Amino acid sequence: MLSIKNLHASIEGTPILRGINLEINAGEVHAIMGPNGSGKSTLASVLAGREEYEVTDGEVTFKGKDLLDLSPEDRAREGVFLAFQYPVEIPGVSSTNFLRTAVNQVREYRGEDPLDAVKFLTLMKEKMKLVEMDQKLLSRALNEGFSGGEKKRNEIFQMAMLAPTLSILDETDSGLDIDALRIVSNGVNQLKSKDNATIVVTHYQRLLDYIIPDFVHVLYKGQIVKSGTKELALELEEKGYDWIKDEVDSKATV
Amino acid sequence: MSTLIKQDILVELSANAGTGFEQVREAGKTAFQAQGFPTNKSEEYKFTAITKKIEQNIQNLAPAGAFDVTAEQVKANVFEGYAGDVLVFANGHFLPSLSSTIEGVEVAALSDKADTALGSIAKPEKDPFCALNQSSFEGGIFISVPKKAQVQKPILLLNFFKADTGQVIQPRVWIEAGDFAEVTFINHSVNLSDASYFVNKVVEVKGGVNTQIRYYKLQNDGKNAIEVSNLETDILKDGRFSSVTISLSGEMVRNNLSLNILGSNSEGNMYGLYLLNGKTHVDNHTNVDHTVAHAESNELYKGILADSSRGVFNGKIFVRQDAQKTNAFQQNNNILLSEDAVVNTKPQLEIWADDVKCSHGCTTGQLDEEALFYLQARGIAKDQAKGLLLYAFAGEVLDHITDESFREYCTELVQTRLGSKF
Ligand SMILES: Nc1ncnc2c1ncn2[C@@H]1O[C@H](COP(=O)(O)OP(=O)(O)OP(=O)(O)O)[C@@H](O)[C@H]1O
Ligand SMILES: [Mg+2]
Repeated sequence: MLSIKNLHASIEGTPILRGINLEINAGEVHAIMGPNGSGKSTLASVLAGREEYEVTDGEVTFKGKDLLDLSPEDRAREGVFLAFQYPVEIPGVSSTNFLRTAVNQVREYRGEDPLDAVKFLTLMKEKMKLVEMDQKLLSRALNEGFSGGEKKRNEIFQMAMLAPTLSILDETDSGLDIDALRIVSNGVNQLKSKDNATIVVTHYQRLLDYIIPDFVHVLYKGQIVKSGTKELALELEEKGYDWIKDEVDSKATV
Repeated sequence: MSTLIKQDILVELSANAGTGFEQVREAGKTAFQAQGFPTNKSEEYKFTAITKKIEQNIQNLAPAGAFDVTAEQVKANVFEGYAGDVLVFANGHFLPSLSSTIEGVEVAALSDKADTALGSIAKPEKDPFCALNQSSFEGGIFISVPKKAQVQKPILLLNFFKADTGQVIQPRVWIEAGDFAEVTFINHSVNLSDASYFVNKVVEVKGGVNTQIRYYKLQNDGKNAIEVSNLETDILKDGRFSSVTISLSGEMVRNNLSLNILGSNSEGNMYGLYLLNGKTHVDNHTNVDHTVAHAESNELYKGILADSSRGVFNGKIFVRQDAQKTNAFQQNNNILLSEDAVVNTKPQLEIWADDVKCSHGCTTGQLDEEALFYLQARGIAKDQAKGLLLYAFAGEVLDHITDESFREYCTELVQTRLGSKF
């Protein structure tokens, strides 16, 4: 579904991603871990199409299409969804209008009829249940004044509304209390199918008890330096990153 | 000084003046001659070279005069769903045959109300254009809302402008409201020609004790029109005055809005939105004068500027020594969409009382790129996402319009302009 080959990206001339290779198939869950500043969010942003990042080398294909060639909105319409590490507050834009515009533009791209007000509301109610989203939040401006946890929950709610094929969850677990974590993970699991795939970026193994990954990758200094199964996450939890850093850094100096 | 601004301009402009108001006109003339057209050295017109603009575009100042407006034209320009009353004007001349009879409100051509104290609120000494209008206004209207009258439906002042290049239109409006009266005005102008003419308008609003007056203005001038507008009001004890000024086009527009807070426990609100493109230049000069204690003023002006448009905001808040416990708030926010757009914003606070709460702030920035990306990442096209964000910014001003049909009309106009309709 997603194939990343030798991806290099920089921001303002500073290289951040330095040769990422990753293959993701339908039905899979991949966890990406790694120390702060290693480039996890950068990778997520590059995949979603953020313009500040300059792709200097490599290629990314998504469902056979050159992903890097598409505008951010077309990537979303093709089925890429990024749950932001820091969702943006947008005063004055009502959550409901925003979602309806988004859902209908995505549907239009896919050649589907727009949802009328009633159908949209029905869909919204159904998906709200999935993440136990409070109706009151949606009557407010988009993310405005939402708590950290509410913002994260809203990301998953939007994901449910847009039904993506590839979801990239950037530290969606950070800032969630244990109940919220369970609810959000539950939502993600229910949306999982053999036709879609999920990338979870996280620092904590505990999320992976809920969303069980098929693969775990460690990103360090802009490269995937280690890949394994869910046991790797447990090992990282126990031993930290130093042993991996040492491995990589000693190789680099030799 | 230029050829245009010569002594006998007042004589020429007074050609359609008619009889009545001789003393008023004389006082206007004296005040104008004392001030003259503002030059580039005039502090008040520093960023708005209106005189130069008039000179460039207008070779020979002459009054435009009245003309015929049809019922169809009126119908076509009253916005959809509007259920209020309508007063129609042609170049400032009142057209009673096309206007509503408003129950409980006295409406008359100014010429029939020659004892009206014109110039007592908008004093001609304060502004040369105000003085010029007072010396040579044409037609004009007198509106009186009696004591305790609750005028439920808004009153639309529908102004048709038609003039040749170089002509001058000088409308004059007098509004008075008796104690405890409540009324809403919507001022809307329609241009029937694309010539470069000059509109110089003065509106005086005399509030009473505990009156509630709303004055909305939609400025959608012809793209070559030059306009100066003076609106001034006296706010008495327990009174409330709220204005919303929306500027969407024109060559050069200058709005002077002055609130005189003369009674305690009163409130003056000024809201404005300017969406500018091309070379449009819009200057909002506001002035609130707190002369007594325990009153409040709120001000919010927002601008979105594209192309090489230019915006000026100057907000003067004057709190006199006796005006203790004043609350005065002012905010001006701008979004520049192009590198060639310029905005000059200047808060001007003069506070002589010591126990007051005053705040002001101004921001000028670009569209929030983070927010734009967030919307795009959800599948919303870039242009539409931009429109959504811009409308979110602008909408805060439109929220202050209480009349629903007018608010919707403005919302539609603004959304169309911003490409944010969904
Ligand atoms: N706008 C920018 N200008 C310069 N450097 C940047 C910019 N944005 C990110 N970086 C740098 O890129 C590197 C990778 O950042 P990124 O946010 O991708 O890390 P991360 O792995 O997501 O970290 P965390 O675990 O803290 O979320 C960091 O060193 C960061 O400082
Ligand atoms: Mg990150």
